[in-house]
Parts: sequence; structure tokens; C-alpha cells
Amino acid sequence: MAEFTKLIHKYLRHDKKFPHVWCPGCGNGIFLGALIRAIDRTGFEKDQIVIVSGIGCSGRISVYVDFNTLHTTHGRALTFATGIKLANPKLQVIVIMGDGDATAIGGNHFIHAARRNLNITAIVVNNSIYGMTGGQYSPTTPYGATATTALYGNIEHAFSIAELAAMAGASMVARGTVYHANLLDELIEKAIVKRGFAVVEVISHCHTQYGRRNRMGGAVDMLRWQKESAVKIDKAQTMTAEELTGKFTIGVLEDRDLPVYTHEYNKIRDAAKAMLAKAG
Amino acid sequence: MSKQIGIEVSIACAEAAGLCDVDVVAAYPITPQTHIVEHLSEMVADGHLDAEFVPVESEHSAMSACIGSSAAGARTFTSTCSQGYALMSELCYIAASLRLPIVMAVANRALSAPINIWNDHADLMYARDTGWIQIIAENGQEVVDLTIQAFRMGEDPNVSFPVQVNLDGFTLSHMIEPLTIPDKADVDKYLPPYRPKLRLDPANPVTFGAVGMPDIYTEARKAQDEAFKNSLPYIEKAWDEFGKQFGRYYKPVETYKTEGAETIIISMGSISQTAMTAVDMMRAEGKKVGLTRIRLFRPFPAEALFAAIKGAKNVIVLDRVTSFAGGHVSGPVALEVKSILYDRKHHPKLRNFLVGLGGRDVTDQNFMEMVDQVAASKDDGVPVAYEFINVRE
Repeated sequence: MAEFTKLIHKYLRHDKKFPHVWCPGCGNGIFLGALIRAIDRTGFEKDQIVIVSGIGCSGRISVYVDFNTLHTTHGRALTFATGIKLANPKLQVIVIMGDGDATAIGGNHFIHAARRNLNITAIVVNNSIYGMTGGQYSPTTPYGATATTALYGNIEHAFSIAELAAMAGASMVARGTVYHANLLDELIEKAIVKRGFAVVEVISHCHTQYGRRNRMGGAVDMLRWQKESAVKIDKAQTMTAEELTGKFTIGVLEDRDLPVYTHEYNKIRDAAKAMLAKAG
Repeated sequence: MSKQIGIEVSIACAEAAGLCDVDVVAAYPITPQTHIVEHLSEMVADGHLDAEFVPVESEHSAMSACIGSSAAGARTFTSTCSQGYALMSELCYIAASLRLPIVMAVANRALSAPINIWNDHADLMYARDTGWIQIIAENGQEVVDLTIQAFRMGEDPNVSFPVQVNLDGFTLSHMIEPLTIPDKADVDKYLPPYRPKLRLDPANPVTFGAVGMPDIYTEARKAQDEAFKNSLPYIEKAWDEFGKQFGRYYKPVETYKTEGAETIIISMGSISQTAMTAVDMMRAEGKKVGLTRIRLFRPFPAEALFAAIKGAKNVIVLDRVTSFAGGHVSGPVALEVKSILYDRKHHPKLRNFLVGLGGRDVTDQNFMEMVDQVAASKDDGVPVAYEFINVRE
């Protein structure tokens, strides 16, 4: 049995929940592969992992993987995850969201989860559109791009998810693409083992709803677009702003040791107990 | 001249809102509502509709934006369903209490969990206590007509309440039907421009949504309750005048073959059309069965409903939602019917069936089973609050 088939048998509900709902050529399949490879590398037991997902195409992942999983409502995956982590901090909680899920309807939770710094891994699969509901523009649809709700071009400006997470206080922030699959494995693995709120923005493509409408071609063309537009963070530091126009950086964008919420929680509890004991 | 065209019901709903010269549309995508909003976005983008279209970041924001725009005096429309409705529900109470005649099309869909995008009336019932007028369509033509009527009803100065137009998700929203789209000039004749009594106006400043302390809250709620109660004749007037002008007549409660019926089925929404077919089949077999359809769920048309069912020995009430009351009281529609009958000391044999949940089909055969079951049942003194039908054990 090929190595990857072993992983499929170990980590996916391959004999129950497949075929999946994704369009042929969707980046979610590559991301799902990266996710289980990364989890396998971390060495965590399956029962130590909880996968929480929101609503949208990527949200279906919680049905396909064979861990403890929770498929939540649109935008609320991080809040459900917060509850899980507080109830049992020993669990490795990995949250999977889409761009609309994490930064529109759940945008408030996203910035506050980053600020709170629980030890949670948050993965945002960014395909620049609301794919499942039919191609309405999302907070990551580029300015000028067309969508079913922006026939003549989007007049709003896109969030940069990774930069937003870094500014909001996340401990680790990375960006990868589904084209750079090996790098994606590494980034997800790093985010899972990181202590603190770790975000991986996964640049993916929705050729069905976004690519076709914006003349970016099919799945292969959009993978090529990722290859050509992504610049490794080290290289980007040597480039001028002009050279970086229309590009995005990939790699680890932020990695810092910040006080983790559960640790702080225990500290304040112990301090309060000590004070009360002293007061007698 | 009105024209008949083959058109998807969602698109027709958007066209109807467009014919009403809606000023602001704020919405967030959710299946199966999406085509309504997408088409409005297209109409605005193409310059066919002079309105502001705002795709906001959640349903909570959608209804908030609608409240703002309606309070500023703009004719306002939105659309949602299910989880989207649940998320915006906080604001829906406020829209009603502020007496803002927002119109919202709800492509009725089940609530989670399990996650289910298909049709039932969970969102319709979720909204029943918010103070919105709730009207329910059975087919595509009714979606068009009710959308136009909704603005007229809600904006009537004697009413001034938001209106929810309910259309069954997928079953209606995604059907392509031959529909008559009224002429713009006729709609203009039927629907005068929106002239709110109060609005946010820098020249005459007012405050909306202030605090109501215990010394005034009860009075405010009673005033709202009275206004809602008194809106019924004006809702009927909007329907009567629509009938006179367009030749399609609507009533709060509509009946089908109830003359001399021993058993009357009470239903709402698109399954009523299947129920009519089933009634025809049963009548052909000599069974005295009729159908009563509730078109207006809020304010509840108690007198009209009683008049429609009082001659029946057996009454079957359909509920398309699980309301989790603990098993010993009926579903929400049956509760209303029972309350009407109790107050009038009238006691037919009444059975409540939970049907068509989360997209489960309700067939003509199911209606026949229900009718036979009620006819054969004996009143042995053991109360049966409700029964599921067409369900695996």
C-alpha cells in the first residue's frame, strides 16, 4: 500500500463519506491531503485531535476526517473551539474555516480569538469567493473582480487574512497555497505544534465560481496563478513594493512567544487562591 | 400590460420587489435564498432598478442595515432563511417594535442540527412572536403577488409593520413556472410611494429605539399589540384592492371543497397544492374531505379560520416543524387551532401531524393515510398531542 493510501485509510472516513462534494479540481482536496500529512507528522493520537469546521465548501472536511469533529454554524467555528479548549485544554483543536466564514460573518470572532491567544490552530482556506452559495463576493474578493453580486466589479477592498491575524495578536501566522503542497504540509504542522493561536491562510482557488467568472481559467490555470503570484517571505524582503504588486507572500509571516490564555488563566486562578488563603 | 413568462420563482420575487421601486436591499447569501438577492443585485447593477444594494457581512448586519434604511424613510427589502433568520432574529423584534415596514422574503428552510438546507417551516415558526406580519405563498404566482402586496400592507399608515413573505425553499424558490408579472404602471397605481409618518430627518429630529423603563414598557407593548391586532382589516383591504385591480383574490384563510366536508385538513404553503390533489382524489372516492389553507399566520385570523372549519367532525392540522414542547402539547399551528376551538367551546375530533420536515416529501398518499387514520380513530380519552407521519422507526 502506498504511503499516502495508508494515511487515507488511517485518517479519512474513506469507506463511509466519500465521494466528497467538491468540484473536480478544487483546492480543498490538496488541502485535506496536507492536513492529514501534517497531523501524521506531529505524532498526535487521533483521539487527541478535534477538528472544528464552519459552513462552506471547506466546512465539509469535518465530515470526511476520522477524528473527533464538530461541524458548526456559519462563522462560529472559533467560538465552538474556544469552548472545547477551555473545557479540555489537553485536546489539540484545529479549526477549519473559509474566507467568508472566518472574516465576514465570523470576523469578530477571528480577531478576538487571535487577541485572546488560546492554543488553537486556525486554518482559513481562502478561495476569494462564497463558493457554495453561488459566487457572491466575500471580504477577500479582490477590488475590481466580478462576482454574482458584483457584476461590473467589486468596489470593496479585500482583507489580507494573514496580516489581519498578525495585527490582531496571533502567536504564529503563516500563508501557503495549495500549489505549494509540500510547504503547506510544513506550515500546518508548525501551526499545530505551536503554543498559542496559530493561523494558516491557505490560498486556494474556486475555478467554478471565481476563476470562470474572472477569466482566470480552470483549476490548472489557477494553480499556475498561485505558482506565479506567490513569493517566499525571505525573497519578498529583498524586493521593492513595485516588484511585489499583484503578488502575495508565503511562508511563516509571524512567529512569536506570547502568553497563552489557558496558562494565564491558571496563573490568575492560583494568585486569587493564594490571596484568599492569606486573607484566611 | 402584464405578461406571462416562464421564470424561476426566486427571480420573479426579485422582479416583484423591483416593480415596487424598492430603495435599499441589504442581504447576506444563504441557500436557498440566493437567487432572489443575486437577481436584485443584477437589476441594480444593470441600471434597471434605482436602488442601493449592499451585500453585508452577515444576516445580523443585513437586518441592522434594513432598520437603518427604513427608519431613514427608504423602502427596504431583504431576504434570508433558516440559520440566517436565526442570526438576524434579534433585530427582527426591533424592526416590528419600531413599526418599520421592511419586506423580507423567507425561502423557508429547516433549522440545524442536523445541518439541512431543505424546506420546512422552522424559520417561519421561529419568527411567529416577533410582531411581523407573516403571509405564506403556495405557488410562484402567489410569491409575486404577495411580495407586491407586502409593501402595500406594511406601509399602510394604519398598519406600519414589517412583513415576511414566506415561500417554501427549493419547492417554490427554485421552480420555473409560467407566471404573470404585473405591469409597472399597474403596480404604481396599486402601491403609492412610501410616506412614513416618522423618519430620521435632520430637519425634524426624532429618536428611534430608546430605553423603555418599567413605567412605560408595558404601555409600549400594549400599544404595539393593539396596533398589530387592528392591522387585520387593512391587510384584508390590501388583498381586496389587489383582487379588484389584478383579478387575483387573496384572503387570510382560503378553503377548497369544504362544503359538506366531514374532515377538513388545515395546511400552509406549497403542500396545500398536493393536498388539493389529494382532496380531489378522495372526493372522487366519495369521501367528504376538504382543505383549509392558512395564508396569513400573523396576525392570526381566528374568526376566519373558525368559520372555515366549524362544520367539520374531524380536523387534521399539519405542522412542518418540531417545536419540542415535551410531547404533551401540539405543534404550533395546531396550538392556535385548539385555542380558537376551546374559546368557542367547539370540539371536533382533532389530530395534529408533523410532516414534511427538512425536505421530506408529503405525497397525496400521505394525506389519504392521515384522513383514514383520523376517521378510524376512536376517542378513548387518551390525549394524542401530535404524531409524526412518513417516518422510519
